Amino acid sequence: MEKFTTLTAVAAPFPRKNVDTDTIIRIERCTGTPKEELGQYAFEMARKDPDFVLDQPRYRDAAILVCGEFFGTGSSREMAVWALAGIGIRCLIAPSFGQIFLANCFQNGLLPIVLPAAEVDALMRQAEDGRPFEIDLQRQTVNGTLGFEIGARRKRMLLEGLDEVGLTLALEPRIAAFQAADRERRPWVYAGVSNAHRRAE
Amino acid sequence: MGGRTLFDKVWDAHVVEDLGDGEQLLHVDRHLLHELSGHRGQLEIARRGLKMRNPELALGTLDHVVSTAPGRRGAPFAERIVATFRAESAKAGLRVHDFGDDGQGIVHVVGPELGFTLPGVLLVCGDSHTCTHGALGALAWGIGTSELVHVLATQAIVQAKPRTMRVRFDGLPARGVGAKDMILALIGRLGTAGGVGYAVEYAGEAIRALAIEGRMTVCNLSIELGAKIGMVAPDRKTFDYVHGRTYAPAGALWDQALAHWRSLPSDADARFDAEHALDCSTLAPQVTWGTSPEDVIGVDGVVPDAKPEALEYMGLAKGRAIAGTKVDRVFIGSCTNARLPDLREAAGVARGRRVAPHVKAWVVPGSQRVKREAEAEGLDEVFRAAGFEWREPGCSMCVGANGELVEPKARCVSTSNRNFVGRQGPQARTHLASPATAAASAIAGEIADARRL
Repeated sequence: MEKFTTLTAVAAPFPRKNVDTDTIIRIERCTGTPKEELGQYAFEMARKDPDFVLDQPRYRDAAILVCGEFFGTGSSREMAVWALAGIGIRCLIAPSFGQIFLANCFQNGLLPIVLPAAEVDALMRQAEDGRPFEIDLQRQTVNGTLGFEIGARRKRMLLEGLDEVGLTLALEPRIAAFQAADRERRPWVYAGVSNAHRRAE
Repeated sequence: MGGRTLFDKVWDAHVVEDLGDGEQLLHVDRHLLHELSGHRGQLEIARRGLKMRNPELALGTLDHVVSTAPGRRGAPFAERIVATFRAESAKAGLRVHDFGDDGQGIVHVVGPELGFTLPGVLLVCGDSHTCTHGALGALAWGIGTSELVHVLATQAIVQAKPRTMRVRFDGLPARGVGAKDMILALIGRLGTAGGVGYAVEYAGEAIRALAIEGRMTVCNLSIELGAKIGMVAPDRKTFDYVHGRTYAPAGALWDQALAHWRSLPSDADARFDAEHALDCSTLAPQVTWGTSPEDVIGVDGVVPDAKPEALEYMGLAKGRAIAGTKVDRVFIGSCTNARLPDLREAAGVARGRRVAPHVKAWVVPGSQRVKREAEAEGLDEVFRAAGFEWREPGCSMCVGANGELVEPKARCVSTSNRNFVGRQGPQARTHLASPATAAASAIAGEIADARRL
């Protein structure tokens, strides 16, 4: 996973509320388009509007999106995050995010920053003039002074570009021990499926 | 220490390792896979040289991209995805319920129906409506592709513990008002972000009175409330529902499981981080007017003066009664409302009536088993005689992944879960409603109150 340490980049204001992942990437693009090619379809329908924010010259290189409340609601499709990454977005700032979308961001090295609505509004206004924002994950700041919260473990994973599957595979003995003990506690969880599985074969 | 919630009890039983900073590694008891997100995860673990750790704790079915037309001829892309899913599943030893099998259908219909979903299990699936399974007292939520790969490889998932919310549905809804109306009304009240960061437990008289299928409808829309997780405490109805199903425990294991499940409901002195209550006794059937599930009113209400962009997209005028709005399509189906009681509810309205000539109306059963049971009751004949199309099981027009779409600017009353811009097709206008409201609207040719038909 790509590391996220600091980012100095143009931030595009996108104040619309409840932007769903269907809007970020249409379902037709989730049924066969390679991950690396999804960027061209990001916000496909919204981009039919010639004034769409990311098509305005000053936001063309934006790597930060300042979003309205509850960005990324809806479908679990990770293609929404891949599409955003495909157009160079590395950081999203919003008062709240869709919870599965949020998890998907962390899995792909995108930094989702949650801030109170008033602070997001202020950043939205600052983004209007097209001057770059500075994000510092280590110090947990936006533009030097504005602090944000992030879980220490998520932070470390982003900073070091760690892969969660690799980390968990290292805990395999713990998983095996859990299952062994759990088989005693809740045998039906294991035997039920296995038996029926065998019966069905 | 105070009492514990249902959610706490199930969560705590699955902690493999505390990773610190509020995150825990949790054991996944049940992994449901469908061809669309499933095949992508399978290809990814193959690419990384990893193996599926516990295929015996997983189950696959076909729903998202498959055609629901009689004969099932799908688009080439769909055929490719299904072929990949079958091949990778065979390699991994993952059982897939394929066409012609009772267990083929929408993952969230099939899981409970087969007894794969059980009270107290931790279940995940690469689909946001996995919260549905909470209706049986399971801890269940939807995951993305990367997390799916993680589950395939490790049978575990990393998660930060959410806060808890309890919603009490007090009183009993009037005749003609049901589970879909209850949960839509709640989303209207709290907003689509009202549940962000919470695991929600639904409680109260109206929830206890619901059949398990109705509870699934309620839990299904948790994600539309912003919550990944929605649960209902298991009770006698739950146990009766699960007993005897294909993958459910039997014999001595059943007795042991039952004793455990009986300990799961929230303790009387359990504390929740947030509490809400909604009076069901005065609810009208609900219908959405905008492009978010929170944009909802009673079917006897008027279009509000709000969200002008949404009204323009929907082609609606503020201040006008929503009933009487002409519709072009009706879709009865999806993981929200495609179970046998849903089809009975719709058929009850359709019986002896005719779909308006300008309306194209579909019924898409949630699974092969639902279809078979509905046919045994003659529901297919009721629908066909009324002019509905009776189709094969799948997600169909809820998400349109298989190309089954609502035409641009066409208006559809749908029993599904999302009325987002373009969800059912570019420029499609979706009104979410119950099976009864959808059937009544098909007959009337306009948004209609089933109670007045």
